[in-house]
Amino acid sequence: MAVISYREALNQAMREEMERDPNVFIMGEEVGYYNGAYKVTQGLLQRFSERRIIDAPIAEMGFAGIGVGAAMVGLRPIIEFMTFNFSLVAIDQIVNNAAKIYQMSGGQFHVPIVFRGPGGPAVQVGSQHSQALESYYAHVPGLKVVMPSTASDAKGLLKSAIRDDNPVVFIEGETLYGSTWEVPDAGAGDFLIPIGKADIKREGSDITLIAWSKMVWTCLDAAKLLAAQGIECEVVDPRTLRPLDVETLTASVKKTGRCVIVEVGWPVAGFGAEVAYQIQRHCMDALDAPVERVTSDDVPMPYAKNLEDEVQPQVHDVVAAVRRALYLPEEG
Amino acid sequence: MAQILGLPKLSPTMEEGVLVRWTKKEGDKVSPGDLIAEVETDKANMDFNIEDDGVLLKFLVKEGDTVKLGAPVAILGKAGEDITALVEQARSGGGGSAPSPAPAKAAAPEPAATPAPAAKPAAAAKPAAAKPANDDGAASAAKPATKAKPAPQAQAAPAGARLLASPLAKTLAIELGIDLRQVTGTGPGGRIVERDVRALAEGGGAQTNGHAAPAPGDDAPGEADEPAAAPASQAIAVRPAALTPVAPVTPVTPVRQDSDADWTDVPASNMRKRIASRLTEAKRDIPHIYLMRDLDAAALLAYRGRLNELLGDKGKISVNDLVIKATAIALRRLPECNASWQGDTIRQFHRVHIGVAVAIPDGLVTPVIRDADQKGIGSIGAEVKDLADRAKRRALKAHEIIGSTFSVSNLGMFGIERFTAILNPPEAGILAIGAVRDVPVVDKGAVIAGKRIAVSMSCDHRVIDGALGARWLQVFAELIEKPELLAL
Amino acid sequence: MKLCGGAIGTSRHGQVASQACFGYGRAVVSASIPTPDSVRVEPDNPHEAVETTIEELAPLYRQMLAIRRMEEASAKAYSQGKIGGFLHLIIGQEAVCVGAIAALKPDDYVVATYRDHGHAYAKGSSSRAILAELYGKKTGLVRGLGGSMHLFDSKTNFLGGYGIVGGHTPIAAGAAFASKYRGDGRATLCFFGEGASTIGGFAEGVALAALWKLPLVLICENNQYSMGTPLYRSLAVEDVSLRAIAHGMARDRFDGDDVVKVKRRIAEAVERARTTSEPTLIEVVTYRFRGHSMSDPGLYRTKDEVEEWKRRDPLTRSRQQLVDLGMEGGALDALEADVKAEIEDAVKFAEDSPAADDYRSYVIKE
Repeated sequence: MAVISYREALNQAMREEMERDPNVFIMGEEVGYYNGAYKVTQGLLQRFSERRIIDAPIAEMGFAGIGVGAAMVGLRPIIEFMTFNFSLVAIDQIVNNAAKIYQMSGGQFHVPIVFRGPGGPAVQVGSQHSQALESYYAHVPGLKVVMPSTASDAKGLLKSAIRDDNPVVFIEGETLYGSTWEVPDAGAGDFLIPIGKADIKREGSDITLIAWSKMVWTCLDAAKLLAAQGIECEVVDPRTLRPLDVETLTASVKKTGRCVIVEVGWPVAGFGAEVAYQIQRHCMDALDAPVERVTSDDVPMPYAKNLEDEVQPQVHDVVAAVRRALYLPEEG
Repeated sequence: MAQILGLPKLSPTMEEGVLVRWTKKEGDKVSPGDLIAEVETDKANMDFNIEDDGVLLKFLVKEGDTVKLGAPVAILGKAGEDITALVEQARSGGGGSAPSPAPAKAAAPEPAATPAPAAKPAAAAKPAAAKPANDDGAASAAKPATKAKPAPQAQAAPAGARLLASPLAKTLAIELGIDLRQVTGTGPGGRIVERDVRALAEGGGAQTNGHAAPAPGDDAPGEADEPAAAPASQAIAVRPAALTPVAPVTPVTPVRQDSDADWTDVPASNMRKRIASRLTEAKRDIPHIYLMRDLDAAALLAYRGRLNELLGDKGKISVNDLVIKATAIALRRLPECNASWQGDTIRQFHRVHIGVAVAIPDGLVTPVIRDADQKGIGSIGAEVKDLADRAKRRALKAHEIIGSTFSVSNLGMFGIERFTAILNPPEAGILAIGAVRDVPVVDKGAVIAGKRIAVSMSCDHRVIDGALGARWLQVFAELIEKPELLAL
Repeated sequence: MKLCGGAIGTSRHGQVASQACFGYGRAVVSASIPTPDSVRVEPDNPHEAVETTIEELAPLYRQMLAIRRMEEASAKAYSQGKIGGFLHLIIGQEAVCVGAIAALKPDDYVVATYRDHGHAYAKGSSSRAILAELYGKKTGLVRGLGGSMHLFDSKTNFLGGYGIVGGHTPIAAGAAFASKYRGDGRATLCFFGEGASTIGGFAEGVALAALWKLPLVLICENNQYSMGTPLYRSLAVEDVSLRAIAHGMARDRFDGDDVVKVKRRIAEAVERARTTSEPTLIEVVTYRFRGHSMSDPGLYRTKDEVEEWKRRDPLTRSRQQLVDLGMEGGALDALEADVKAEIEDAVKFAEDSPAADDYRSYVIKE
């Protein structure tokens, strides 16, 4: 085992898969000579040459579509969006083509492609660069949507995504690249995490917190605070949004009787709304309180730091929601 | 794969049971839902239905054995399976799992209180309560409730409002045998939440029932037209799992028998234990006051006679039936006495349900005449007779012994002239009736033979003070002494 | 052409550009890019006959005729309610898809828009499978899951009909990219209408194909009308092939009346793709005799115009040419009867096939 960064974990995953399968290639803006806008593809051009690490001009619709076509005829593209905000330019390729070709062709062609890149707010990058769009993709049958929160999950899931024969939308946490976690050594065999399986990041008995990506960390911080108040939180990370591991999520809520869903996206029709439906649907008799949801404010992200912080779910928002679900007065 | 069957939790408060009889034989094949045994619990004889299929390879207890909750009672598996290891494990105290009992038809509770009948109590309930015996024993009793104080803004639901309870609170209440109407909700709008139910279960203890444990014996003696009454009050049962009528069982045998000793210890039946704890608690914690009157029963007796004449062989009214009706009407007229002390509030009941104490062998039970103020005297009479009969046969249903708002206890048929009864929490009043006596009375200056009946009202002084109780007795007395008023 | 390491020659009108390593970029634009004399380039003489033989032309004629009859049969079935949704017929344009695809080898790729019946057939799918698909049957080319607009055939390397036009151009570029990546020498044809030439996906696909020198032949089937919008109201410059200049790409433009001419000209571009890995942007001027789709009343053009173009019907032209080349009447009749029988059989097959019954099995590949 080694403690490595989320960024390094992704790099390792891609390197290992490219070594293993000559059909894997990476295409995106600044992935080659620039070593990646977020340094995720650092060093890969040197190792694999221009044939397999391809710098693209600003043409998301174009190179995402090229990825789809290449995947149809047997290659395994990794298409990087510099951020998932830009995926909207290519959403036609992801939703109308990649997600549907397997069915439209009656199973004759499939699209083993990974669309990856960072999503969610960063720091003061303004409204067009701060969006959490996972609900857009999680809505679409034919896609898989994966969002790792730790370096370990990132590595194991990216490898699985690359090997998956379906289009996988792989949304990384833009502020998580430097975070570290323990990951099995590269030489110790293939480390794969199955897509579609949730992970309990922290066990607890009083309340279930469901969160993904950056919000997992917020919940873990909130859980520490709450433990000091005598409240033990169970933090469940779905890791994959589509297909959602409803079983693990509902088992946790049936155990604790309360649930708070924490997401950094907007509230209306955000992915947490789907999770909330599943929880109330399957756990009705176990619930001591309505399912709570903590989301960003329903606004385009402002630039100023203090405003940006206020918009997003902070630890104290999570603590407040937990206490609400436990019918406890606000703290202090 | 063979498994050990443990004694399941057949009533919310059950801690042990007596395996009364096996309804299958060793070697029988069973399917889910089959009845395999009858078990005497603290409340009643319950059916032990199995949820698996297989063959009952071995019984680990005999008929008549007392078994702790979850302890091994049998081994289920496939025919011919080798179970020596399991038998050894069971014998040496290895845990069996308490299989969830087959969903019995749960009694429908008070409409104000709660939800659909619990179809699968064990499945719906939180794991804390239905954990298999191999869990950490200490933890299995109750999940630790959150330690913080209740939110200050919560208040109990205003009187008359719908009872609000979270789904978890409801399922927990079923499990623990708590009457939600007795729970103060600390959630928004007075919502009852898990911690409120737990608080009552752990602190109050006043809610769980002593349902009559079956004991053999003769019917109580007494006049045919007077229902057998019992000396003391009986705690209210709240929604235990449904009961099915069962046959009487053999008595518990005394533990020690030494012919030279000066005493014999007879093990207290579950019902006895229940009565002991409930009444001690009531006597200790509730400030009783006792208000007494001697009422002229002449008109009452005449009225009764006339009614019975009219009824002919269609039924028989007793004095007690008239007393019940009078009590109910008086409570309707003075609803402050149809109430309950809740701590910070006094709960005013909207309906009048009279608990009627019935003596049964080895104890007593208090079936409930619901909405007694609305029922005709004949109906009341018929109902009381039916309930008393079934009480003696241990054939009462769960919903028939819960929910009373006031009680009546009559020892007249035993010759008792007057007595004071112990309150039945959470009620605030109980009326004790004595025998009708022939006494000399002064009427228009002359001494003539009169009929008197002594009534004594025990009141919870926190709810009913002397003056209020006296006013109530006044109303009651008028109804008794001018019984035609019962029809108005 | 060596595709690994070393220099890759990219020839443009005789100029050789050097490259430092195996890559997809670095087009060196030489001085000899042809600039147009005027904004609008006249197409070639449409009446010029192209040298051919019966051996070459007869199969092409048969394919076009089969497509024509197949389209007529679908139109009839549609009006009977047996085909639903959208139905876009290629009647009048058969020479373009047949001629172009005739220039290909079986393992070359073809990508088309929703007006794809002719392309699927020419690439090798059976009329049975195509009609059964239009009828929504289990035996359809894509099991009833795609319908008219989404024919796919992995056995013939037909990579699909697409409803979001222009968005399919990058997909075609992707197939071409894969060929270059593997060095397998395949070419890819991408068919699109002139109405699809404005949208971003098209622009990006062309730009990237040019930048990375992908073995792609982009064929604009310019049938003068984008649904109801005539050419002069949808394009500032009525020649889609001119955009190639902006990208330093080879281009061509000609009329699509003659199937053999189409074959010859497309073959040049295919050869360029295959040997030097360079894309070509080609506009073929053609005309559809029917409406945009079955629900198009066609009020945007005159009957005279349609009649005029019908006189240029590629089928009539090729048939006449066969006669001129000496094909016997009997052989021609037999060919036509054979086509008739094939399509009748296909219709019967479609009508008798069981309805599609499975929509769950091809959403996620396990």
